[in-house]
Amino acid sequence: MDLPEQLRYTTDHEWVSVTGDRIRVGITDYAQDALGDVVYVDLPAVGTVVAAGEVLGEVESTKSVSEIYAPVSGTVLSVNETVTAAPEQLNSDPYGAGWLCELAPTDPSAPEALLDADAYRRLVGG
Amino acid sequence: MSEGCQTAAGGRASSAPLLGGDEEPTLFELSRPGRRAWQLPTTDVPEVPLADLVPADHRRDEPPPLAEVSERDLVAHFTRLSHRQYSVDLGAYPLGSCTMKYNPKMCDTVAGLDGLATVHPAAPARYTQGWLQLLVELEQALCAVTGMAAATLQPAAGAAGELTGLLLMRAWHEQQGRQRRSVIIPDSAHGTNPASVTLGGYRVLTVPSDQRGCVDLRALRQVVDDDVAGIMLTNPNTLGLFERDIAAIADAVHEAGGLLYYDGANLNAIMGVVRPGDMGFDIVHLNLHKTFATPHGGGGPGAGPVAVTSALAPLLPGPRPVLDAESASYSWEQPARSIGPVHSWHGNALVLARALAYALVHGADGLRQVAQLAVLNANWLRVQLGQLFDVAHEEPCMHECVLSAATLRREHGIRAVDVAKGLLDEGFHAPTVAFPLVVEDALMFEPTETESVQTLYALAEACRRVVARAGVEPGAGDLHHAPRRTPVRRVDEAQAARRLIATFDARPGADA
Repeated sequence: MDLPEQLRYTTDHEWVSVTGDRIRVGITDYAQDALGDVVYVDLPAVGTVVAAGEVLGEVESTKSVSEIYAPVSGTVLSVNETVTAAPEQLNSDPYGAGWLCELAPTDPSAPEALLDADAYRRLVGG
Repeated sequence: MSEGCQTAAGGRASSAPLLGGDEEPTLFELSRPGRRAWQLPTTDVPEVPLADLVPADHRRDEPPPLAEVSERDLVAHFTRLSHRQYSVDLGAYPLGSCTMKYNPKMCDTVAGLDGLATVHPAAPARYTQGWLQLLVELEQALCAVTGMAAATLQPAAGAAGELTGLLLMRAWHEQQGRQRRSVIIPDSAHGTNPASVTLGGYRVLTVPSDQRGCVDLRALRQVVDDDVAGIMLTNPNTLGLFERDIAAIADAVHEAGGLLYYDGANLNAIMGVVRPGDMGFDIVHLNLHKTFATPHGGGGPGAGPVAVTSALAPLLPGPRPVLDAESASYSWEQPARSIGPVHSWHGNALVLARALAYALVHGADGLRQVAQLAVLNANWLRVQLGQLFDVAHEEPCMHECVLSAATLRREHGIRAVDVAKGLLDEGFHAPTVAFPLVVEDALMFEPTETESVQTLYALAEACRRVVARAGVEPGAGDLHHAPRRTPVRRVDEAQAARRLIATFDARPGADA
């Protein structure tokens, strides 16, 4: 299981990368493996304001539909339009081309409270 | 078009025997200009030009490109397709959660009786006393099975029953003068439950399962408050486990003023043994097409009657068939504060006729035996399959058993879906896979009461052979490429969902 050290993680199997005052959000390798072939991705509109834990979007696989939750509170800055047309990128490159959206966190220090790679590894029993 | 098929000028022959993996040509490949299945006789009625009948902007520019085939080719086409189908009448269909039991032909015979099948639904009650009696007696039978006071027979299927139940829940709360916004659903629930809650105008509150696979009572008590309209439960739940805390669950929800909704998907496990009404449920839907013998799964008609307590009866959809004791005659009646009709006329009437026939021929003792044998069969299979797969919960199950392909996946990269595809090669229908979601790589078997122990043994042996293929290298009969012996091999389900093409375009060069 691929689990990049520099990322932050949530208990809902999402990853967060921090670049300046924006964060990028996606689902982990563990999540894409558990979901199976992703067939549909629903992303929020740019400008949407979300609170931490609120539904940010939806990922549908051949098995199930799962909700994506906002890892921290913030405003949606951009979404990855490529994955709505090619949802298989969530399976093939979950940390790269398969990213979902970018947020401006209300509290820039909020991502620091998320899990680090070691803590997430323990969570998923890796 | 597969290689080796002989083609004469103009296209495919329809009557060449299809063997092995040859694909069946489409009707468009069989089409020849001018060929017709039927020739209508000429008449002396003068033809009226289309232009005189239909305004220009409602007329097509050209006729639709329909296939042109003879009756002989048409019948051969569909007969051959039907021979490539799998059905309950062909063999075991252990598709968990769906209760694909064999349906006695007697029920079909009853539903086909002229006196039932040829009655116009709008015929006045005085001419349709027999039909109304049938509906009233079925309602009584369903109330006896569920422990409820009254029922509507209108809803057309399980999900329609769920929505009806939620609308009843909403109407009841409104009648009490309170607005409530959420409905609780366990994380192991059927996917239709959250969909029905949302359609009913409520917000979904999910309550987790505990270590036993049942509703986590402590977590439930934390989410129940005066904003909760009710809870939707299946008992036994989707893991095939009986919710033993049901009385405590009912108390917690009732104390907060909420209602209990019983999803009847798994009624086959408890019919005649325990009644949802005695467990504390207020609203119960039944899937007559599952529990009471109607062939389903191919999109055929279902019936999802909803039974309720006496407090909710005045809200039921109407009009309802009723018996007037004084005149001993049947008529239609509108409940006092009805939420309105949810289906036209009698509902899916011939499914209701089948259900009453099934109930009467079994009797109360027979229905109880149905449930007992369904549970016995599922447990026999659970013990056999527990030697091959991981067991989700090591305890007796009800009418279905949930196993997991987790170990096969870790050791061989074999997922539940690969096992299911392998079972097709063995001539059985697949179990349900990847559900319930709370079990990793779930395999859910529901043998139902109608399979013999010999069939169960054959199914277990087939599973044993499938598991033996788990370590086989790609290209040597491995499960990743199963099935190999079916007319259609492994289909790309992900691609089918990602790039859905729901129409067929026969024109040359079209993307079909």
